[in-house]
Amino acid sequence: MSIISGKIWKYGDDVNTDVIFPGKYTYTVTDPKEMARIAMEDLDPNFAAQVRPGDVIVAGKNFGCGSSREQAAFCLKYAGVGAVVARSFSRLYFRNCINAGLPVITLPHSPDLFKAGDVIEIHLAEGYLSCSAGRFEFPPLPDAVIGIFNDGGLIPHTRKVLGLER
Amino acid sequence: MGQTFAEKILGSKAGKRVAPGEIVEVCPDIAMSHDNTAAIAKTFKEIGVERIHDPDRHVIILDHCVPAANEKFAQNHKDIRAFVQEQGISNFFDIERGICHQVLPEEGFALPGTLIVGSDSHTTTYGAFGSLATGIGRSEMAVIFATGKIWLRVPETMKVVVNGVLPKGLTSKDVMLKLIGDYSVDGGLYKSVWFTGPVIDEMSVASRMVLTNMAVEFGAKNGYMEPDDKTLAFLQNRSRRPFRVVRSDADAGIDQVIEMNVNSLEPQVACPHTVDNVKPVSAVAGTKIDQVFFGSCTNGRLEDFEIVAGVLRGRKVHPSIRMIIIPASQQAFVQALEKGYIQTLAAAGAVIVNSGCGPCMGNHEGVPAPGERVLSTSNRNFKGRFGCKDAEVYLCSPLTAAVSALTGVITDFRKAGAF
Ligand code: SF4
Repeated sequence: MSIISGKIWKYGDDVNTDVIFPGKYTYTVTDPKEMARIAMEDLDPNFAAQVRPGDVIVAGKNFGCGSSREQAAFCLKYAGVGAVVARSFSRLYFRNCINAGLPVITLPHSPDLFKAGDVIEIHLAEGYLSCSAGRFEFPPLPDAVIGIFNDGGLIPHTRKVLGLER
Repeated sequence: MGQTFAEKILGSKAGKRVAPGEIVEVCPDIAMSHDNTAAIAKTFKEIGVERIHDPDRHVIILDHCVPAANEKFAQNHKDIRAFVQEQGISNFFDIERGICHQVLPEEGFALPGTLIVGSDSHTTTYGAFGSLATGIGRSEMAVIFATGKIWLRVPETMKVVVNGVLPKGLTSKDVMLKLIGDYSVDGGLYKSVWFTGPVIDEMSVASRMVLTNMAVEFGAKNGYMEPDDKTLAFLQNRSRRPFRVVRSDADAGIDQVIEMNVNSLEPQVACPHTVDNVKPVSAVAGTKIDQVFFGSCTNGRLEDFEIVAGVLRGRKVHPSIRMIIIPASQQAFVQALEKGYIQTLAAAGAVIVNSGCGPCMGNHEGVPAPGERVLSTSNRNFKGRFGCKDAEVYLCSPLTAAVSALTGVITDFRKAGAF
């Protein structure tokens, strides 16, 4: 798996799905480009315009709490986010990211260690990340879900399992 | 060592003994989806499978924006009706029925000992009937359409024991807000939360649903109560199929126990913009509000109507307040009509809307303007939740909402004399 590299976007605890992808858009905005444009709209108005492919979100505990809406995972992926690093994730958000093929890394350290805008490199397969704050190791994803992730998400994975690959 | 409720249900589905942390592939008994079914159907088609694996396991309910607020929502509903028709899904409930989390139990799909998943986070509600019920994503539902299966992690169990006697006027909503306020929105993260104790035993089935509904606001995978006579009475003449009550063994592994005593509990209010920003009503009393929303899958049932109508009977909603009322289901609506509650509320100056989600996720029927404050009986107060990121949402019980609708400010009903 390749190295993820980009700039850090830093957020706090309990970032919820409504600020990542507002509920009022859940039935009306479906185009990936449009979804990327409203990512984080209610939390950080600069995010969508300035995020670059490979950028990494670093946040506190319980990232993605709230709704089951998986657009909150997909919109970050479509915006180019390379990975989300957080102290913990809400369970639905964690699932949705794996199913979307967006790397989620649980790191027990406080986001205060990290600097917004700093360059970060994530070595997924080796299980570590590095930036000016240092080198941090993280546990790999559970074996049972890594297959989904490696196949690029749940839908491509299911197609593969069912022998329906295109 | 014995097994927990979650271990038993997931183990029986996986066909082996399971332990917390293990990931298993299972076939849920019921899979619920709502207005998001059109998007799910699209993903299902992308997989390349023609027919749904088992149409009878699926329940589809239109509730999130009913009737359609605009052309896009209307098209969404139209696509769902076509998909339901094409796939022969008989458990379909169109716009006239109400909120999924109320309709599913009313229709006898929420049964003890079963595994229920739904593409909605408040699917946890059905745990009030002794089922293991949890929310999943849209892609996962599309895969269940295709294969009938999903992966789930076996959760650790947390026991929340609610002791004491609730003071007059206090409800399960106050208990749940207090729990979330004290232990934060990730207090039960990933866990199977078992609500038990004398206060739970005393509660009606409808009141228990408030706790399991908001279990997800506590971070839990699922919340549940063990069924008792009240649960079984509710299910009588309703249950769609035979069921088996599942309980934790006495020596099962419980990860954490929280003991609460509610003897001196105050009415609770969750302040903007997180559900754990909870304060006793005395700390926020006097805060001016613009709109009161009484409804949602948390508190829009008949017993809530009885409370709110009791307060508003013969009185008028404060002139500066817009009071929006949405019954959780059409059944609740009709019962509230028969009891005269709807007439009482209309006479008091409230706006009564057909059952559905309404403004709860910002779609329609009462979206606030920037700078306005909403006091709501629903379950979430995130920034932008009601459709306007510059509005504030406070959460409370139906009684606190009703009394505050009369005064125009957040009010402690214990100090409001007549109530
Ligand atoms: S009432 Fe609100 S919380 Fe309940 S299902 Fe509808 S949108 Fe979700």
